[in-house]
Amino acid sequence: MLTLDRAVAGQYLRIDAIDGAPELVQRLMEFGLLEGEIIQIVGFAPLGDPMELQIGETRLSVRKREAAGIAVTLLP
Amino acid sequence: MPRSSLTIALVGNPNTGKTTLFNSLTGLRQHVGNYPGVTVELKKGTAHAGDVELHVIDLPGTYSLAARSPDEMVTVDFILGHQPGETRPDVVISIVDANNLDRHLYLTSQLLGLGVPVVLAVNLIDLADKAGMKFDFDRLSRQLGIPVVPIQANRGKGLDALRSAVIASAKGQGASGPTFPPSFDAEVTALSGDLVGVETFVIQRLLIDIGGHTERVLARKFNGPISGKVGEARQRLAQAGHPVPAVEAKARYAWVRQALTGCVIRPATRKLTFSNKLDAVLTHKVWGTLIFLSLMFLVFQTIFIWASPLMDKIDAAKTWLADLVHDSMSPGPLRSLLADGAIGGVGSVLIFLPQILLLFAFIAVLEDCGYMARAAFLMDRIMARCGLNGKSFIPLLSSVACAVPGVMATRTIENRRDRFATILVAPLMSCSARLPVYMLLIGVFFSDPWYLPGLVLFAMYMVGFIVAPLVALTLKRTLLRGATPVFVMEMPSFKWPQLKTVVRRMIDSGWAFVYRAGTFIFATMILVWALLYFPATMPDGRSFAIEKSRRQDELKPLSEKIELSRKNLESLEAVNPADDEAIAAKKAELEAMDGEFAPLKQSLNRLDGDWKRQSCLGRAGQALEPVFRPLGWDWRLGMAALASFPAREVVVGTLGIIYNEGEVDPGEIQHADDVSETPLGATIRREWASDPRSPLAKHPTAVALGLMVFFALCCQCVSTLAVIRRETGSWRWPIFTFVYMTTLAYVGALLTYQIGRLL
Repeated sequence: MLTLDRAVAGQYLRIDAIDGAPELVQRLMEFGLLEGEIIQIVGFAPLGDPMELQIGETRLSVRKREAAGIAVTLLP
Repeated sequence: MPRSSLTIALVGNPNTGKTTLFNSLTGLRQHVGNYPGVTVELKKGTAHAGDVELHVIDLPGTYSLAARSPDEMVTVDFILGHQPGETRPDVVISIVDANNLDRHLYLTSQLLGLGVPVVLAVNLIDLADKAGMKFDFDRLSRQLGIPVVPIQANRGKGLDALRSAVIASAKGQGASGPTFPPSFDAEVTALSGDLVGVETFVIQRLLIDIGGHTERVLARKFNGPISGKVGEARQRLAQAGHPVPAVEAKARYAWVRQALTGCVIRPATRKLTFSNKLDAVLTHKVWGTLIFLSLMFLVFQTIFIWASPLMDKIDAAKTWLADLVHDSMSPGPLRSLLADGAIGGVGSVLIFLPQILLLFAFIAVLEDCGYMARAAFLMDRIMARCGLNGKSFIPLLSSVACAVPGVMATRTIENRRDRFATILVAPLMSCSARLPVYMLLIGVFFSDPWYLPGLVLFAMYMVGFIVAPLVALTLKRTLLRGATPVFVMEMPSFKWPQLKTVVRRMIDSGWAFVYRAGTFIFATMILVWALLYFPATMPDGRSFAIEKSRRQDELKPLSEKIELSRKNLESLEAVNPADDEAIAAKKAELEAMDGEFAPLKQSLNRLDGDWKRQSCLGRAGQALEPVFRPLGWDWRLGMAALASFPAREVVVGTLGIIYNEGEVDPGEIQHADDVSETPLGATIRREWASDPRSPLAKHPTAVALGLMVFFALCCQCVSTLAVIRRETGSWRWPIFTFVYMTTLAYVGALLTYQIGRLL
């Protein structure tokens, strides 16, 4: 199973499930990260963490340990 | 006279132009409201629409009404009318970004549940037009069930329509908004039986926000059984396929999508926007880092170096005014209170303004254009290691110049625990006020060999850089313990910063400091002045103040004569350098006058020293000598440390007085070519060596290094403490900061001296 923290810059991914602390899950969902949504990896910070991703018109910074709870499927 | 008035609340995501709209609506008629128990401020202003007066309240920018802290609860409390002393708003304006309607309408959908009429203001339509987007606002209004007004807040477009819509909807009812699954509604109804008088919206929040603010407040209010019942309800919902918190997000986004159907047409192909191209450069491994470092250097340079001419001017004005008072009043407590206490006190507040204004100009520009989030993105990894987050970087960097603007800059950190940890360690950064102390002691005791001064100064800065992260980590594991805060951060689109917003931010921060922190700083300055002034009676019953003034007056004609004679000599040397005879005669005359002047000046300085030694603070220093002894200090160093409570740099002036050298200006030490040659430097060297049995003579470098470590770690700065009080909203934190830093400083000085003594 692929998780978001192991994705690579430029990839398009579909969210399958979101797991983690309730506060984190709630915040991610408020930003529109719901099951079935498609996100794009914009890139990573110079030190490799956090990562920047795009969902709809929104760009977000997410720490890798937060992204580790998001199960994704790679889209062609 | 307006016939009626309405209260309007502004709610929206960060970066939607909410504050711009607030400023456009209210103009200059604004003031700031504070509430007990929360650190956020609400801005209030008045606007007029025909004969209706609108009281507008700018609520904090937020993505959601799910509250995890008292600060985040302010918006809900305010709209429900729970905020003590505030009236419930008649209308809520929900401001959203036209370019990102689906995400922004999430918050709007929450507002609809609060039972207050909502008007939707769709901002930034100019940018959406440029991106090729088309809107059907009438249809959107029908589908949402609320008035929709397109606006362009920065140009003031659409505001008339917005005001009319607000007034028209004030009499109406709130729209209904999204519906939740029936099983969820059933649980809410079941809970409402136990929670008498609690609104449906709040019960929904109780059920959805696991470990949230509502859960804590209601558990306290209705005692035990509620938590258990809520837990069971959540379990039942999960079994029914509607787990919290997902149930809310799903219901709301489904509703938003429904409402947006047919209202927005996007161009078929999405262009790579300018903002996205810029983002790629600014977060790039090489270019992004380089740009970030250059920008930070610019910020640092500005507040560290470029603020100083302005600060010098304020200082000069202070001296001028004090001299004026001094010359035009008769000697006595009142003159000293005005000249030394009051003017000194006001001056020491105003002196911070250049740094605060410049730093906030930078922060306002960086934030308004969207760069702040990128800076936090770049620095997050490093700051996370210290238990902080990327947004702590700029406040800590600013604190190297001065902790006062640094602490104020922590407002950009949303998470309360991260923000408090940053505030509490910011004063550990070696600020510019510590420089005169370092320069004095390094100049006297560490001037040889050539590399030593630089090395010691570097070591002093490192003390702060090493101790601050350690303290931050410790705080995050003890006092500010909790799960690692969520650091999901929006990276807003880049836009041009607005001059109005930047200026407003500068004025707000400057005013906040002068008005709220300034009064306390002023009061403390007066207190320390009194402790150093009284008692002012000499052993023979005369007044120290009058005697000092008499001797100063005596000296005045002589010093003026010397000054004149020196100028004559200089012009003679310049005009007629060959006339050796005349020059020699002038020089002899000058020398004779200097010979007459020196003993008088010395006796004046001795009188000043006697006065301060027997003052309340001087006696306290002597009484506390046993406390300072393990550090190798005598009572004079102890007293100087006590007197420097309002501001560290005062220690240089106080040392000058105690060592009978008169009041020494810290700037003089900082800019001296050779500190050990200045009168104070030479005297310290001589005085310390005078008693061969004292630690000062046996281990002068160990004592001096310990003293520097003390000043590196202590919080001898009443301005910092006053700002911490203001930013945390309680006396608890400044007291804690002072106690922990003083303890650290004492232990640091003790270890330095005791280890240095053995080497």
